[in-house]
Amino acid sequence: MLLEKVQTADAAAGAPHETFVLNLGPQHPATHGVLRVKLTMDGEFILRAEPVPGYIHRMHEKMGENRNWSQFLPNTSRIDYLSAMTYTHAFVLLVERAAGLEVPPRAEYLRVITSELNRISSHLVWFGAFLLDLGGFTPLLYAFDDREKILDLLESVTGSRLTYCYYRFGGLCNDVDEAFLSGTRDFVAYMRPRLDMYRQLVTDNIILRKRLEGIGKVDGEMCRRYGATGPVIRGAGVPNDVRRVEPYSIYPELDFRVPVYPEGDCMARYLVRMDEMEQSLRMVEQAIAKLPEGPVLGKVPRMIKLPAGDYYCAVEAARGRFAIRAVSDGKEIPYRLKLRTPSFCNLSLFEEASRGMMLPDALALMGSLDLVIPDIDR
Amino acid sequence: MTLPEPFRLLAYLAGVMAFVGLNAAYLVWVERKGAARFQRRPGPTEVGPAGLLQPLADAAKLLSKQLLVPPDADRTLFRLAPVMVMAPALMCLATIPFGQALGARSLDLGLVMVFAFGSINVMAIMLGGWASRNKYAIISAARIVSQNVAYEIPMMLVVITLLMVTGTTNLQEIVEGQAGGFWRWNVFDLVANPLMPVTFVIYFICMLAETNRAPFDMAEAESELVAGAFTEYAGMGFGVFFMAEYANILVGCSLGAILFLGGWQSPFGVFSGVGWFLLKLYALVFTVVWVRWTFPRTQFYGLLNLSWKILIPVSLGILVLTSVMLKLF
Repeated sequence: MLLEKVQTADAAAGAPHETFVLNLGPQHPATHGVLRVKLTMDGEFILRAEPVPGYIHRMHEKMGENRNWSQFLPNTSRIDYLSAMTYTHAFVLLVERAAGLEVPPRAEYLRVITSELNRISSHLVWFGAFLLDLGGFTPLLYAFDDREKILDLLESVTGSRLTYCYYRFGGLCNDVDEAFLSGTRDFVAYMRPRLDMYRQLVTDNIILRKRLEGIGKVDGEMCRRYGATGPVIRGAGVPNDVRRVEPYSIYPELDFRVPVYPEGDCMARYLVRMDEMEQSLRMVEQAIAKLPEGPVLGKVPRMIKLPAGDYYCAVEAARGRFAIRAVSDGKEIPYRLKLRTPSFCNLSLFEEASRGMMLPDALALMGSLDLVIPDIDR
Repeated sequence: MTLPEPFRLLAYLAGVMAFVGLNAAYLVWVERKGAARFQRRPGPTEVGPAGLLQPLADAAKLLSKQLLVPPDADRTLFRLAPVMVMAPALMCLATIPFGQALGARSLDLGLVMVFAFGSINVMAIMLGGWASRNKYAIISAARIVSQNVAYEIPMMLVVITLLMVTGTTNLQEIVEGQAGGFWRWNVFDLVANPLMPVTFVIYFICMLAETNRAPFDMAEAESELVAGAFTEYAGMGFGVFFMAEYANILVGCSLGAILFLGGWQSPFGVFSGVGWFLLKLYALVFTVVWVRWTFPRTQFYGLLNLSWKILIPVSLGILVLTSVMLKLF
């Protein structure tokens, strides 16, 4: 490793060995939020990186214990504000499974359509912000341009652009109209050439490849140890996707590929996300083609009470496995609610993976983990 | 019309300063507008028609800000650094011939002087970073020194190659030697050196690195080092660094235009004049802006590897090739 070479050379030259602490954050352009990382540095090499989360902790879990099941629903879209749909999906799925609620097929299809659109928009934000971390400013604006189209579509059905609270226990809050469906079809047709353009302009850029290939190696074993999921573990060669391994909703009926790259470096994680956008487009296309008619909300009791028990439910959010564990004592208010957020686990491998890296490489690694800080702190 | 000597110098001093000031201000506007066009947005539009008064508004804002000096900083060096970064850029422009009879001084050692003063720029930014007593600034200071040491060498090799072709360090004479159509420009002088276009590209890359422009903006690297060496600077202290960056781009691109693209010479051999020089200058400046908004930043060791492992061997090779060619023909 480069650090060892430098240290040996320093020792041979009799140079005094000194380290310093660099406080990256809580306000720093590369952390994209209020994350603080205490870096112990030897020159530009990182000896130890200690993430200090908690600056925007909002006690979502405690809030869950203070309100009934449906009152917690809006909270779920504020944990990871970039993939709000999937987070709400996990919560409604948990309640539906525990209470044995029926979900009409049309609602299931629409859930997948909106979730996947949300995933694309989340990946687009990551794409722009990641390139920004690498010093390329322009892709951000292009990505946001595309994302705008998704936000407009979702706004037309859910009424909000970021913190959608669209899913309800047993279905959806309202049905979509023809404008949304045709708009989504148009978007799929529009997005494919855009992804091709990104591939040509950004992915194949020599500077980008030099900066990402072989940088920030993370293997599947390390991912397992820290519980890292999503594109991070798939970029390390492990085909772990909740939509495949613990299927929910109508995912088993859709034809999609789980992109896996074995290299485990930043480039692999980058490629996984770029491929995922394409797969999400495919899923949206198929779900729209198969979309059945019918109601979007099933029969749901006025006040939901889960039978006493311990429930667990996971979905594949844009950043990885998002899971909720809820303990019910039979009352209308959960006894305990635990959120397992992917960003938190993905961040925890940063300390080990960044050891001995240079500062810009470590920031590339951090960018490739696609952290959303409220998701870490929740 | 020729003014008597002291007045002529004063006029040129005022002229060069106005030129640099105006250019620095309006290159910021060009950069912002250009970046906006690359990014499908309109850019500044509010202040004045097409945002043309935006630089003035920015300057007024920067001037009205307090000049903060961090308590731990070395006050003298901290204040001195912005001046030291701006003054050499102005000095360099004194030797640049804009037109046949338009130049402050036609020095026999013009080219040498430009590079001598150009190197001070690095030291000034390094001092600014060092004096700030800020960790990001010190990392940036260390980076900029190693970066500039690495890129000064291929740049010098390229310039030596060119000197062997032109046989003079007087910028005026270098331009005059390229008179008569674009095939006489040094960049197309394939007899002396069949790799002349490559030499020009090397010069351009080194120039980008020397002026700390993307994709080599290691010193500023806003997503890594916040604002690098300029982190602690507020108000006009930062403003001067900012202007100096554009002044240095101006010097680098002027030299590029003079050394390789025939300065004020017209590509057709007739109607030579200052307009051609400005056209070439701004074409190069636009390329600099274009590159910045197109490429991501390089990694630091990638940057050093590019210099030590590729640019220096290639430019050394070109140097040898040129001397052989000149001996043979």
